[in-house]
Amino acid sequence: MATSTIDIESTPELAPDTVPIFVMGRRFEVPSSLTIQKALEFAGYQLIRGCGCRGGICGACATVYRRPDSHKVEVGLACQTVVEPDMYLTQVPFFPANRADYRLDELKPFGATVAELYPEIFKCVGCNTCTRSCPMDIDVMEYMARAMRGDITAAANLTLSCVMCGICAARCPGETVQYNVAILCRRLYGKYIVPRAKHLEEQVRNIEAGAFETGLREIMAMDKERLRELYKERQIEPEAAPEDWVPDDTGQLGN
Amino acid sequence: MPYTSDLKQLIRVVERTRPARAERKRKGEEYPSLSLDERDSRLKDFHPDAKEGSRTPIRVGPSKGYAISPEIVSLLEARSRVDPDRVDLSRWDHETDVLVIGGGGAGTSAALTALHTGANVLIATKLRHGDANTMMAEGGIQAATKGWKDSPYDHYLDVLGGGHFKNDPELVYTLVTEAPSALKWLEDLGAMFSKHPDGTLATLHGGGTSRRRMHYAADITGAEIMRTVRDEARSCSVKVLEFSPAVELVLDEHGACAGALLFDLETEEYFVVRAKAVVLATGGSGRLHLQGFMTTNHYGATGDGLILAYRAGVQLNFLHTVQYHPTGAVFPEQAEGLLITEKFRGAGANILNVDGEQFVNEREPRDVESASFIRECTEIGKGVPTPTGKVGVWLDSPMIDLVLGEGTVRREFPGKWTLFNRYGIDIAAEPMLVYPTLHYQNGGIEFNNKGETAVPGLFAAGEVTGGIHGENRLMGNSLLDILVFGRIAGRTAGEYAVGSWRDGQLTLDHVQRYHDELDSEGINTDRVAPMLLPDYSNPEVRDRQLTTSYVGTVR
Repeated sequence: MATSTIDIESTPELAPDTVPIFVMGRRFEVPSSLTIQKALEFAGYQLIRGCGCRGGICGACATVYRRPDSHKVEVGLACQTVVEPDMYLTQVPFFPANRADYRLDELKPFGATVAELYPEIFKCVGCNTCTRSCPMDIDVMEYMARAMRGDITAAANLTLSCVMCGICAARCPGETVQYNVAILCRRLYGKYIVPRAKHLEEQVRNIEAGAFETGLREIMAMDKERLRELYKERQIEPEAAPEDWVPDDTGQLGN
Repeated sequence: MPYTSDLKQLIRVVERTRPARAERKRKGEEYPSLSLDERDSRLKDFHPDAKEGSRTPIRVGPSKGYAISPEIVSLLEARSRVDPDRVDLSRWDHETDVLVIGGGGAGTSAALTALHTGANVLIATKLRHGDANTMMAEGGIQAATKGWKDSPYDHYLDVLGGGHFKNDPELVYTLVTEAPSALKWLEDLGAMFSKHPDGTLATLHGGGTSRRRMHYAADITGAEIMRTVRDEARSCSVKVLEFSPAVELVLDEHGACAGALLFDLETEEYFVVRAKAVVLATGGSGRLHLQGFMTTNHYGATGDGLILAYRAGVQLNFLHTVQYHPTGAVFPEQAEGLLITEKFRGAGANILNVDGEQFVNEREPRDVESASFIRECTEIGKGVPTPTGKVGVWLDSPMIDLVLGEGTVRREFPGKWTLFNRYGIDIAAEPMLVYPTLHYQNGGIEFNNKGETAVPGLFAAGEVTGGIHGENRLMGNSLLDILVFGRIAGRTAGEYAVGSWRDGQLTLDHVQRYHDELDSEGINTDRVAPMLLPDYSNPEVRDRQLTTSYVGTVR
């Protein structure tokens, strides 16, 4: 039970039951508990393409596969999807995608902006393949419909968990690049539509005006013992305090 | 895979103690926190940094004698991937004003500010642009933005307390005073932070914060920041070389940094980049699996920048401490090492041993919390065994629903709920098994608050650097660090490139000298560094690869 028993990464020797999988048509026997990513490594592949964060957020390891008993094309992130017996798979580490050329500060947050930069979005045939292909379970067709209608706010909020893996674009018969439309909408929303944080701007101004210089320079010159005391005595904002909570000592809040 | 029947038996024990624990939580009765002295002794006895054999002195180079993790030392005491004499430096394949090494959050921010000084900029990165620990940060970003209750002064004090009062004061000053403007910059770039309807930024506490100053974008803050700055870099047509890690820095006859040698991972060619200034932003080293620990880090986090800068003459600091995140998943096998955000403990989930008993307050600082888990699983022997022979403690997520209301876990932790649900585990009904996991490189290469290193023309930012966080970083200060210091390093590098740079002959003599020093210390090795990619190869496959050669871990 020493810390050294916490071993690195996969430990295939401890999972003796194996299943056959087919990587680009080639059969490999791999431990049944592995993710597709670790199964590829077990099989002898050294991953350069198709492997990133290994934690399900970077979108590097999109994988498509079929089960022998079904006509359906399944998708998953290789680092998050456990192997299944007889699955046929290939990774899609890259798919050609066009990105519109824009400077955010020259854009207006209108639906027309999105339509102008990505006119091909209107080629959507409503087949819903994009939604069925999304490994993050995003309703892709819905947000594209919103984007077409000029509802940037909805398109932005529906796509927050997009990892930009590109499978939607790879399967779209209308040849649109959904995830690039999504990030355009998010950036337009974040910059122009959602109200700005006024307190943020104020604090930046206060700092630039040197409002905290005296206090900071004092504390920077302090010896460790005095610092430890200050640290121990510092007041902690209660977890459940209302947003407008104010500390007892307001002496360091700027002058 | 769902919990085994053995583990389900053990979960019943947790369920039996849960109602009473939830009752205490409702009344505000918490498991007692450790005093500062108790914390110190807990760390001394059980933190991995304090374990015998966890540090060994480096025998060569500018920080010779400094004792750090043997896994890093073995890379520092390794040879270059190339014979420097075989590299033709009389010609180069790319020429740029500023070369940024690393396409994560720090590197991309640096590229953008360098561009604004009028310099032309090239990013070289090991995998894809944006493949970095930045992308994986969940919890948030600290900044004292709420002037009626918070200030850079309060932030400063928290950072120092977290870092055991060892941090570099000037670096911390810069971190906390530039924090709000870094956030403002992101807001201007259109990053979607969680906000109240009037635009006020939503904020939470993190471990060791005195004010609720953790800003966030749901539970994917880092991903939102990374894809936003990357999109901006694409808008500005920053040139990016992907799958092209740097394997050496190139200096010039004046001793200034003048470019880098890149290795194309796909065509296996080496390319020379000539640059007037270089920003090193290569990130951390979790994939070295120090002491065999699992890690939350990105595939490419192999500490390459430490090696490059060290050979070029930059000293190391604060590398003797490493941050272990207390709650990495240990079950199921496919989720191993995965980060379980601190937000679960912030929301009230207890930490329990195999008997369903509490043994530590769930909101101690990360290092103390980790040391306490290790103590429970080793000396006390009350860890929870997993089917693969590992051990963990329970993170009792169902308690959150019990205390804060049905549905809270699904609403507040949609990402983690969905992930575990795929494995057949409902974390609103069943606890998670966790153990400390390698998370962050507290230290790194020495630099100052202008982003400068000891080598002229070489600038640095992000996890590769040391000094900002002292001996222990607080949650929410790494996303902040990469933005603040990435922007500064880019600006300084850009100004240097268009200003004080002077022409000179390219050289790799420093690498040759480093090899000579290894020889004279009697270090005869065929190890090479930087590592570039971790080794997850199957030994049986390797045995059959009769004609394959590996340089380090790379085929």
